[in-house]
Amino acid sequence: MSGAGIDVAFRGNLGTFQLDAAFRAPARGVTGLFGPSGCGKTAVLRCIAGLTRLPTGACAVDGLTWQSDTTFLPTWRRPIGYVFQEASLFAHLSVRRNLLYGARSDVTRKNDADIGFDEVVDLLGIDGLLERSPRHLSGGERQRVAIGRALLSRPRLLLMDEPLSALDRATKDEILPFLERLHDRLSLPVIYVSHDMMEIEHLADHLVLMRAGRVVASGALSELQGDPNLPLATSRDAAVNLDAIVVEHDPAYGLLTLDVEGGRLRVPAAPHRAGTRRRLRIAAGDVSLLVEPQQSSSILNALPARVAARKPIGENEMIVVLTLGANDAGARILARITRRSWETLGLREGMDVWAQVKGVSLAHK
Amino acid sequence: MGELTPDIWQPVLLTIELATITTILLLLIGTPVAWWLARSSAWWKEGVAAVVALPIVLPPTVLGFYLLLLLGPNGPGGALASLWGARTLAFTFGGLVIGSALYSLPFVVQPIRNAFEAMGARPLEVAATLRASPARAFWTVAVPLARPGFLTGAVLGFAHTVGEFGVVLMIGGNIPGKTKVLSVAIFDFVETSQWREANILAAGMVVFAFVVILAMTLFERRFASVTP
Repeated sequence: MSGAGIDVAFRGNLGTFQLDAAFRAPARGVTGLFGPSGCGKTAVLRCIAGLTRLPTGACAVDGLTWQSDTTFLPTWRRPIGYVFQEASLFAHLSVRRNLLYGARSDVTRKNDADIGFDEVVDLLGIDGLLERSPRHLSGGERQRVAIGRALLSRPRLLLMDEPLSALDRATKDEILPFLERLHDRLSLPVIYVSHDMMEIEHLADHLVLMRAGRVVASGALSELQGDPNLPLATSRDAAVNLDAIVVEHDPAYGLLTLDVEGGRLRVPAAPHRAGTRRRLRIAAGDVSLLVEPQQSSSILNALPARVAARKPIGENEMIVVLTLGANDAGARILARITRRSWETLGLREGMDVWAQVKGVSLAHK
Repeated sequence: MGELTPDIWQPVLLTIELATITTILLLLIGTPVAWWLARSSAWWKEGVAAVVALPIVLPPTVLGFYLLLLLGPNGPGGALASLWGARTLAFTFGGLVIGSALYSLPFVVQPIRNAFEAMGARPLEVAATLRASPARAFWTVAVPLARPGFLTGAVLGFAHTVGEFGVVLMIGGNIPGKTKVLSVAIFDFVETSQWREANILAAGMVVFAFVVILAMTLFERRFASVTP
């Protein structure tokens, strides 16, 4: 338990609930802590923050021990930022003084290494709110201020506990882009708790799946999404998110060409500089399989792929795991097909096929 | 109009002095007690809360009687007093402060405790995640958020001390300039048929009570707004 990254292991009873969770998260990027309500995600986050103390616990961040059998660093000595489900702004302080509560006095000075006051205000679009009372903010504004307040304390680890779940759909859509911008701007590791796969798909690079107080799986987001033995792949809205690099933009048709591992896709989208990284989402329901290349189709993307595995869903449907490209080295995507198609096409594991992708959505980032 | 008894204002000043000192003392003692009652998870804390609340239910004479035993020459108060050569704490201003503090303690502790409880643990957790030490969190978050509770507690403690009678009579007696407070003075004036003096003091108390309650309400409204 040392070196870069976040190592946690917590075991014990919280009331009648049993927690026994251990995982390792990378030192960079967003780790999504995902699972159904009541599975212990928040409990894990509170343990990492030191807000809840389990006697049997270990927590080390970047090689520094925050908790072990012999150590327990109180919350206020841990370099964390914590965004609660409800914004929990200090009602007796203005927005500006809320933002500055955990900040060092030099935060308003220009400093390239750390995020400064003006940058946070700008990034979160809260410029016009600074002198207001938290009482007079909308739910979305409050949560943005809470995020800014956490960032300005210059944490080494940002913990976010379902920061969007108390908000309505429209407000969520308002805040999500801010979070994506944060993700791009900051190298700071984030642990993001959510029970909403949509948020996880937008933000997370790494995923920890939890169920009933235990960690079911932990790994790169796309890896877990494409694992047929995990519940994600067989869920109704199974999808895989892939990191893609922009190759070129065709202004005549408004089409963006992107490379993913083992394949190339064309997507209707606004122009982007070549070399930019974008996140794609391919839903299992949007992928169909062909045994031979089709000459003419309205569908733009048909990629050579190999059937890697399959997993039945109920009696008559199944999820097929495909690896893009010829040599099994490419990215994995999912296709949801019927048992009838599997049998009539004569599909089997290891077979080379064409994956026709009807829809690809491009995430904001 | 006949001449007023010249010492009519002496009990008023003494009462204000007593109530002010008692209120300050109660805020100093009551705040940690209220904090502990609001935050502790000890199973016996409600027992402590009940002890603190006893003066609400006990007849003041009962409280006064035990205080008399405690503060008198044979009690711990007497032993304490012997340190500076006195014989007893009873029938002294100091004894009156101790008695008033005990008597008014629940009226200060209860509102402050309620305010700390209403605030919940969250603001303090937030402060801790923003690197605030427990002391800083207490002074910059808990106290400002509980301000209405402090205000109510201070006003109730002050007003209740001004109005006490039974305890004062038991442990303070009726020594002009030392222990003769307002309520005792009114009683005295009535006993000696000085109705005009009694009337002035009684009416003054009515006005005082009205002003206190009105001011408290207005203050609470004002404090509901944010600090810039």
